[in-house]
Amino acid sequence: MNLLANIKYDFMAHRKGALFLSLTLIVVALGSLFTRGLNFGLDFTGGTVVVVNFDQSAEVSAVRDQLETAGYQGIVVKNFGTSTDIEITLPPQSETEAEDGVDEAKLSNEVVEELRLLDASAALVKVDYVGSQVGDELVEQGSLALLYAILGILIYVTIRFEWRFSLGAIAALVHDVIITAGVFSIWQVEFDLTVLAALLAVIGYSLNDTIVVFDRIRENFRKGRKATTEEVINKSIGQTLSRTVITSLTTMLVLLALFFFGGALIHGFAFALIVGVIVGTYSSIFVASTTTLALGISREDLIPVEKEGASLDHIP
Amino acid sequence: MNRYPAWKYILVLVVMVLGGLYALPNIYGQSPVVQITAEDDNPVTPATMSRVERLLNEANIEHDAVIADGDSAVVKFSDLDAQLLAQELLDRDLAGHDAAMNLKPNVPEWLENLGGRAMNLGLDLRGGVHFLLEVDMTKAEENKKKQLRNDITAALIKLKIPKTKILWQDNRLVVGFRDQAGLEQASEQIEDDYTELNWSTNSGGGEYEWVGLLNEQSLLAIKENALNQNLTTLRTRVNEIGVAEPIIQRQGVDRIVVQLPGVQDTTKAKAILDATATLEYRATHSYGAEAQRTYQTGRTPPGTTLYFESNGQPIYLNNRVIATGNQLTGAQATIDQQTGQHAVNVQLNSIGAARMLEFTKNNTGNFMGVVFKERIPIGKNDDGVMQYRDSEEVISNARINGVFSNRFQTTGGFTQKEANELALLLRAGALAAPVQIVEERTIGPSLGQDNIDKGVKSVQIGLALVLVFMLVYYRMFGVIANIALTVNVVLMVACLSLFGATLTLPGIAGIVLTVGMAVDANVLIFERIKEEMRDGNTIQGSIKSGYDKAFSTIADANVTTFIAAVVLFAFGTGPIKGFAVTLSVGIVTSMFTAIVLSRAIVNLIYGRQKKLQSISI
Repeated sequence: MNLLANIKYDFMAHRKGALFLSLTLIVVALGSLFTRGLNFGLDFTGGTVVVVNFDQSAEVSAVRDQLETAGYQGIVVKNFGTSTDIEITLPPQSETEAEDGVDEAKLSNEVVEELRLLDASAALVKVDYVGSQVGDELVEQGSLALLYAILGILIYVTIRFEWRFSLGAIAALVHDVIITAGVFSIWQVEFDLTVLAALLAVIGYSLNDTIVVFDRIRENFRKGRKATTEEVINKSIGQTLSRTVITSLTTMLVLLALFFFGGALIHGFAFALIVGVIVGTYSSIFVASTTTLALGISREDLIPVEKEGASLDHIP
Repeated sequence: MNRYPAWKYILVLVVMVLGGLYALPNIYGQSPVVQITAEDDNPVTPATMSRVERLLNEANIEHDAVIADGDSAVVKFSDLDAQLLAQELLDRDLAGHDAAMNLKPNVPEWLENLGGRAMNLGLDLRGGVHFLLEVDMTKAEENKKKQLRNDITAALIKLKIPKTKILWQDNRLVVGFRDQAGLEQASEQIEDDYTELNWSTNSGGGEYEWVGLLNEQSLLAIKENALNQNLTTLRTRVNEIGVAEPIIQRQGVDRIVVQLPGVQDTTKAKAILDATATLEYRATHSYGAEAQRTYQTGRTPPGTTLYFESNGQPIYLNNRVIATGNQLTGAQATIDQQTGQHAVNVQLNSIGAARMLEFTKNNTGNFMGVVFKERIPIGKNDDGVMQYRDSEEVISNARINGVFSNRFQTTGGFTQKEANELALLLRAGALAAPVQIVEERTIGPSLGQDNIDKGVKSVQIGLALVLVFMLVYYRMFGVIANIALTVNVVLMVACLSLFGATLTLPGIAGIVLTVGMAVDANVLIFERIKEEMRDGNTIQGSIKSGYDKAFSTIADANVTTFIAAVVLFAFGTGPIKGFAVTLSVGIVTSMFTAIVLSRAIVNLIYGRQKKLQSISI
């Protein structure tokens, strides 16, 4: 099959439109991130999440009543996957509770005991407890990880290509990360550790896509002599478009498999990557190259100086 | 033309065979087992093994043969229910042994002999509990300072050197003397015994001060020691609970990770891990009605401390401690012969025994109180300093019936469970510094199995979708890419098994993601070959330059993804690390399969045909 093979299309003609679209998306994403913020999961906020299984389908309201009567404040009770599994979220411990001698690490056991009074079949399925000090560290470590990943890539691309490419690649991946995080903020999808891992994987993926296009631009610059920079970029994107689309498609296929069949624990991870792959594919075509073009890349920047000197020797 | 030298074909073949061999252990699955270890760490004897056999037969629990596995003995069961029943039975009826539930891979012996082993399953896949404990280093420092002050005070008393004061000012221990002679004598005779302090003298204005500075190095050593002692204590405690293959390791400067596979009742585990309980034996000053009267006056008699008994009655004990939990060498839960109450048998070391002997000799007929001390961490305040709730209770106040030294019994109205736990804590020793549980992840066994099933299913479906797509889009070359892709998954599994990596749910996600991305290299190559053909190159030439030209692109793209994976590994903890490991392994294996292996197949099929007219791509 030869769909999308060697597309001759003036991608760069649309760069103003693309710039407008990207800026709009980024503004909306940042706006939401600053006003609504992320719906941070337990990993970052601290607190306790207990999942309890009952033999018969359990009444969410009965569970809530039982726990509220027992004195648990600010709890969230909902079904977890099936009707027989109930998820109970306890907020992080307040200072007064700490002074009263409540041992937060042991709350989960007390909750299960309490629910056994309601229904003796109550069995512990899963507990996640994160103390507030750990949560704060994770936010810090996560931000640092993003920063170091970006730095490492910046250095590698600068060495292998040229600084304008490296800035173009960074622009694309910052674009992807902001928009993906924005989607999580706008729809208030829970943002936990696995989502953070997915965001880092999005960086890797987005870069993968961008590098393939850059590689071709470099090659075409070195090959052709007459074409303008814009023409070279257009040609390169066209030549790699079929590959970009096919790889995005296969990656999307497995992500959909993960999303629909991987279970509740992996949902957020798969969702983040699905968004990331869509945005990443778009950005490798329209953001990375246009940024590089706007920074004034030209053929001379990519032709090794010593090579030209060497060819001069052969002029009679 | 497009031909590989023979060695390259052989290399590809060898890698594939080895990959297949070492991935193989994973298809045999795992069986629930009960692992039996002797409490004294000696190997389990054949006699014990036949006793296990008999106990299981008597209870009609279906099981495989009891076999030796290192120092422990292992029994395999066909289902989890039988395993649970057997564990409860053996833990109760097999004296002197711990029985723990575990999972063992069913790897055939010949494969094991070749070094083949299955991937370890993470807690999210096998069920169990993960704790992160934080060690309170401020407290460790405080304890050490208190100890140094006490030791030096004792040394001065022993040498009969009078002092005017001894106190800590930050990290400086200041000792005051009446005159220069006392200062010099102390500094000459004691300094060498306390090298962790940098000593100096400071005289003038009628003050004779001897100052010991706790230097940075000593402070670090204190923390290091506290962490190591806590690790040891926690290991002993975990062994006492009877958990197979626990993981107890340090993380960073002040954290300890404890992973207990298969543990479902976390209440007990928590109570035992962070407990700082210890006992103190002291002479009773007054109790009962007399103590009640003193209590009402609000004046504590000098040299005594006010405590409360478990029934809330006040009791006054002498400040001098006869023996403490630190001097214990052994403790067992027992039942008191005379009263039938649950009690704890206690053995003391020689120092404790000598003091106990001296005390009981002079005080027969008097009362002795046992203080149960517990510090319960309740979290940090705004300044990041750990806060505690101290619980001190007199659990026993009994008449000294006779002279005893190193062996005696402590009663205190315990339930059987309380007696067992107290004995365990006393045996395992004290923590050098209190710990607090700052993170817990518990996964029930059913959820673990569910996670495996879902993970495997999503890998299968994802892989199938990609295989079908590649077949439809690239036909013959699609078949080649699919072989490469399948081998890639096998190689990944083999590498992860060989590294002894732990497979977690995010790890499975990493495998799935790699499946999607691994075809990228082949797509790049195939698209390039098509392009070359469109540009009028010969088919053989197109294949060659397709592979050659795509290589640098593939390398660049993979190196950048690899950087992201390495950063993930460096910063991530637990599950994220698992994802990073599978992702990086996947990048490496996919480069091999997509470039070397797929080329080898292409060369085998098309390489020899000089006048190749068309290829199915």
